[in-house]
Amino acid sequence: MLKIEELHASIEDKEILRGVNLQLKPGEVHAIMGPNGSGKSTLASVLIGREGYLVSGSVTYEGQDLLTLSPEERAAAGVFLAFQHPVEIPGVGNMYFMRTALNSLRRQRGEEELDPVDFLALAQEKMKLVEMDQTFMNRSVNEGFSGGEKKRNEILQMAILEPKLAILDETDSGLDIDALRVVASGVNALRSEGRSMLVITHHQRLLDYIVPDQVHVMTAGRIVRSGGKDLAVELEAHGYTGTQEADAGRLSTAGISR
Amino acid sequence: MSAPTTSTGISDEVRELANQEYQYGFVTDLETDVAPRGLNEDIIRLISSKKNEPDWLLEWRLRAYRHWTTLTAPTWQHVTYGPVDYQDIIYYAAPKPKKRVESMDEVDPELREMFDKLGISLGEQERLSGVAVDAIVDSVSVATTFKDKLAEVGVIFCSFSEAVQEHPDLVRQYLGSVVPYNDNFFACLNAAVFTDGSFCYIPKGVRCPMELSTYFRINAADTGQFERTLIIAEEGAYVSYLEGCTAPVRDTNQLHAAVVELVALNDAQIKYSTVQNWYPGDADGNGGVYNFVTKRGMASGRNAKISWTQVETGSSITWKYPGVVLKGDNSVGEFYSVALTARRQQADTGSKMVHIGKNTKSTIISKAISAGHGQNTYRGLVDMRHSAVGARNFTQCDSLLIGKDSGAHTLPYIEVKNQTGQVEHEASTSKIGEEQLLYCRQRGIPEEEAVSMIVNGFCREVFKMLPMEFAVEAQKLLTVSLEGSVG
Amino acid sequence: MTVLSAASGVLAGFEPRLGARDPAWLAEARVAALQWVGEHGFPTHKDEDWKYTGLAPILAVPFDASTVASGSRVTAEMIDEAAVDLGGPRLVFVNGHFSSEFSRVTGVPAGAVVTTLAAVLAAGPDRLEPFFAHAPGVRHAFAAFNDALAEDGAFIHLPSGTIVDEPIQLVYFSDTGGVPLISSPRSVIIADSHSRATIVETYAGVDSDVYCTNAVTELLLAEDAHIEHYKVQNEPTSAFHVALLSVRQGRGSRFSSRSIMLGARIARHEVRVQLDGVGAEVSLDGVYLPQGDQLHDNTIFVDHAATDCTSHQLYKGVLDGRAHGVFNGHIMVRHGADGTDANQKNKNLLLSDRAEVDTRPRLEIYTDDVKCTHGAAVGQMDEEALLYLQTRAIPLEAARGLLIYAFVHEMVDRIELDPLRAQLERVVATRFGSDATVVAP
Repeated sequence: MLKIEELHASIEDKEILRGVNLQLKPGEVHAIMGPNGSGKSTLASVLIGREGYLVSGSVTYEGQDLLTLSPEERAAAGVFLAFQHPVEIPGVGNMYFMRTALNSLRRQRGEEELDPVDFLALAQEKMKLVEMDQTFMNRSVNEGFSGGEKKRNEILQMAILEPKLAILDETDSGLDIDALRVVASGVNALRSEGRSMLVITHHQRLLDYIVPDQVHVMTAGRIVRSGGKDLAVELEAHGYTGTQEADAGRLSTAGISR
Repeated sequence: MSAPTTSTGISDEVRELANQEYQYGFVTDLETDVAPRGLNEDIIRLISSKKNEPDWLLEWRLRAYRHWTTLTAPTWQHVTYGPVDYQDIIYYAAPKPKKRVESMDEVDPELREMFDKLGISLGEQERLSGVAVDAIVDSVSVATTFKDKLAEVGVIFCSFSEAVQEHPDLVRQYLGSVVPYNDNFFACLNAAVFTDGSFCYIPKGVRCPMELSTYFRINAADTGQFERTLIIAEEGAYVSYLEGCTAPVRDTNQLHAAVVELVALNDAQIKYSTVQNWYPGDADGNGGVYNFVTKRGMASGRNAKISWTQVETGSSITWKYPGVVLKGDNSVGEFYSVALTARRQQADTGSKMVHIGKNTKSTIISKAISAGHGQNTYRGLVDMRHSAVGARNFTQCDSLLIGKDSGAHTLPYIEVKNQTGQVEHEASTSKIGEEQLLYCRQRGIPEEEAVSMIVNGFCREVFKMLPMEFAVEAQKLLTVSLEGSVG
Repeated sequence: MTVLSAASGVLAGFEPRLGARDPAWLAEARVAALQWVGEHGFPTHKDEDWKYTGLAPILAVPFDASTVASGSRVTAEMIDEAAVDLGGPRLVFVNGHFSSEFSRVTGVPAGAVVTTLAAVLAAGPDRLEPFFAHAPGVRHAFAAFNDALAEDGAFIHLPSGTIVDEPIQLVYFSDTGGVPLISSPRSVIIADSHSRATIVETYAGVDSDVYCTNAVTELLLAEDAHIEHYKVQNEPTSAFHVALLSVRQGRGSRFSSRSIMLGARIARHEVRVQLDGVGAEVSLDGVYLPQGDQLHDNTIFVDHAATDCTSHQLYKGVLDGRAHGVFNGHIMVRHGADGTDANQKNKNLLLSDRAEVDTRPRLEIYTDDVKCTHGAAVGQMDEEALLYLQTRAIPLEAARGLLIYAFVHEMVDRIELDPLRAQLERVVATRFGSDATVVAP
């Protein structure tokens, strides 16, 4: 599904990703953990095509070169990012936005567009997943939403747009325990054989709810360790610093889990 | 392996402002009755006699003309354009047949076809939408629908020429009472040469039962359009008035110097909405309409309310400051504006709120969008006189920039001579949000559509002030005008 | 033609100040400047930048073209009262001319120059050429007048890396003894790369003297220089004060200026800042407190000509009596000046039914990668707050004073020099009838 090889990315002469290697099979959920500034969010940004980075290396997604596609083409190909900080778009209704997004994707895939009535029915069904009510849909995109509401809105969009590869960037940050539970159960409901997920998080807490198939540890722009879900528990106990020091010697070889 | 890619931001994609074909740029082959080029007292006499006007009106025109000859065109606006040769303009062009039309059936079929192209088929409109329409082509009013139905409640809605014939006392009482003939260079020119326009009178206590609408169109080449609109709302009356404008594609500039006067007496309310879509000129700045317009309302009575809503997407140059003189105590003035300049369009627009009466209130909301080489200036005046005890103003001006060569300028003038007056002015200018664009694109919305969506959201506060049909048209216009502003 | 005749009226008898040993460029600049005034005249309300500031009361005064008045009444106590001694170097000018009697040049690090313009003119003025030959005089008659007539003022040069710890105090005191004098102080401050200093200018004079201070202060900040500037204008209300502060900033430099406008019948303080170097920062604040018949005009022009520069402006006015306040702030962002972050705010409090304020914040932006905002507000005392204070047994007058103090306090608080801040706190307290110690935090 996704194969990242020797991915480097720098911004204003500062190298942030220094050779990331990662492979994700259909239906797998991988977690990427690491301290602040390790490059986790940059990886997400590069994967969705945020501009401003000087990128080298390769990212193959379903057999095609992802890096040559525009952000909207990547979206049409099924790549979705739940943003860490979803932006507010004043004056644009949430419902209208999601319908436009879904219809854009359908159009790019040569599918028929949904009319407002059909879309409403679809949205109402998906809203149950994240326990949102109609009032959210009538507000402007993310405008005045609380932190938890923004994150739920991201998962709602994921549910409606049905991506093949979902990247969740710090979806747990700023959530209280109840909101975390809602968001995680929404995500779990969306796990399926054909859908892979890359869960980026700073804390092990989220992984109690969304249990990954694999955990990767990222420090200083590289994946330095990979393992099963127990690795997250270990990290929680010993912190990243220990990992960094312990793994310093094998930075160049670590990373790929095949 | 992919080659290294780099970019400094969205500008690469958004910078270019290509030509969006101007949808309304067809020329209708109407036989036109035209006056010779140029301006002198004879031309004014010709216009006046063609329109069979009373002497006092001819005298008023001549006074205006003589005063105009002493004036020079203003230069303080934040726009640049070549000199206008006022002797090379045709000041009168009436489509034939010029005889007055009594019903829709009598309207020249060719003309009706043109309205169909404009999307305002008069017949259809009459039946379906219940909007009374007065259509002005070049300088002459060609059809006014729904007159009879309006007459039942005492509302007068007709062409200006007709009002001069049928309601001379009203015209004489109010003409120039809000915008005097010597108000400014272009208003003065208009007073001398105006050929038609709309007249509307709402009697005491009457709520006009339907939206009134005028469509303006410049058709003949090298023609100036100088229409004049006068709306009077008597005590307790209410009217909502819509104005739409288009012009064909021409490679020379056409002058449009209109005057609109509104009078609201005690407890009266006038809502005036404009969607201006004159030809904006091509990508190099050739052609397009010079839209130099004076619009002013006089809230002369207690609790009177005048609201201006404008969506300005057309014209190569727009220069107008719809304002309200808040003379009556507790009177209210509002101005909601969306101005878009793309290609090489320039706009210098805003509002003037003059507070004279006690507890008068005004609100100004301006949304400016500049794309391509567009230059957009908000210029506004809030003047609180010594008598305006307890007056309030709130102004919000936001500008959105799309592309390195665009410009946005915000130039408010705030003058307060009253201790109890309160004024609050806020303005912001920024580039279209890169994060918003990325967010939309990540969800699969193509960049151009995303730009249009974000811009429409930015303008929503103003659009929601428009009547429904107009709001839809305004959004479409904005989208069309922005097309091509993305690489 | 009235403009020109007014100009020629004022000009009558004025000659460019030409020294026998002046280089040609200086003589040319002075002659040209006076000619410019003759041709263009003084600004009128038709000049956008002078729209609200009528100059008739100034132009009506038959100013004396002589260069000196005795200044014999001036004492050290008067100087100290006008400009609280900050302990560092202090240059005092009486009627526009340096007074060694009241001045002190100590605490200046080796290599740094703190002297007078007259001294530089006498010793060889070539280093002044960039300031006079490309003079700000082309902008308006007062600046041109200063070009033609300036003979003295401060000259400060801080070589690379120089750090002056003590604030450098410049005091311009007028005692014209009835002679209607125009003084034209001209100060030049050159801050080379990585230098750092604080400059405090004070303008004051003897009560009821009719005179006009027409000052120009120019600053040139090289890379990473950091200058903090304060200006206290407390001329008597019989006098006029017109000043131009002209600043050019290089890469990474930081400049702040805080203006405290108290005195003069008509006072205009114009600040022009040119941000020439990448990443330069400027912060401009001002408070103006006109009362009686005073007119206070703050005109600001910030020119963003380089990328990634930041500018802030905050001006607050409290207007009483028949006072007239003018704020005329202009931010220009040039094509290509990407990454600009600029904001501007003006707030006014009207205390009297006869006071007037005209405010005109302006943004002129020719590129898209910017974040610019401006705001202006005019209002009066919050009635609710007044009532609240009264219910807490604070008498109405004291409550008013308290609220005004709270309004001005934000500005006072920004003054980092303790004695200066204390001085302004006293002024505000006295002027608005509040005991500052009650409200000071």
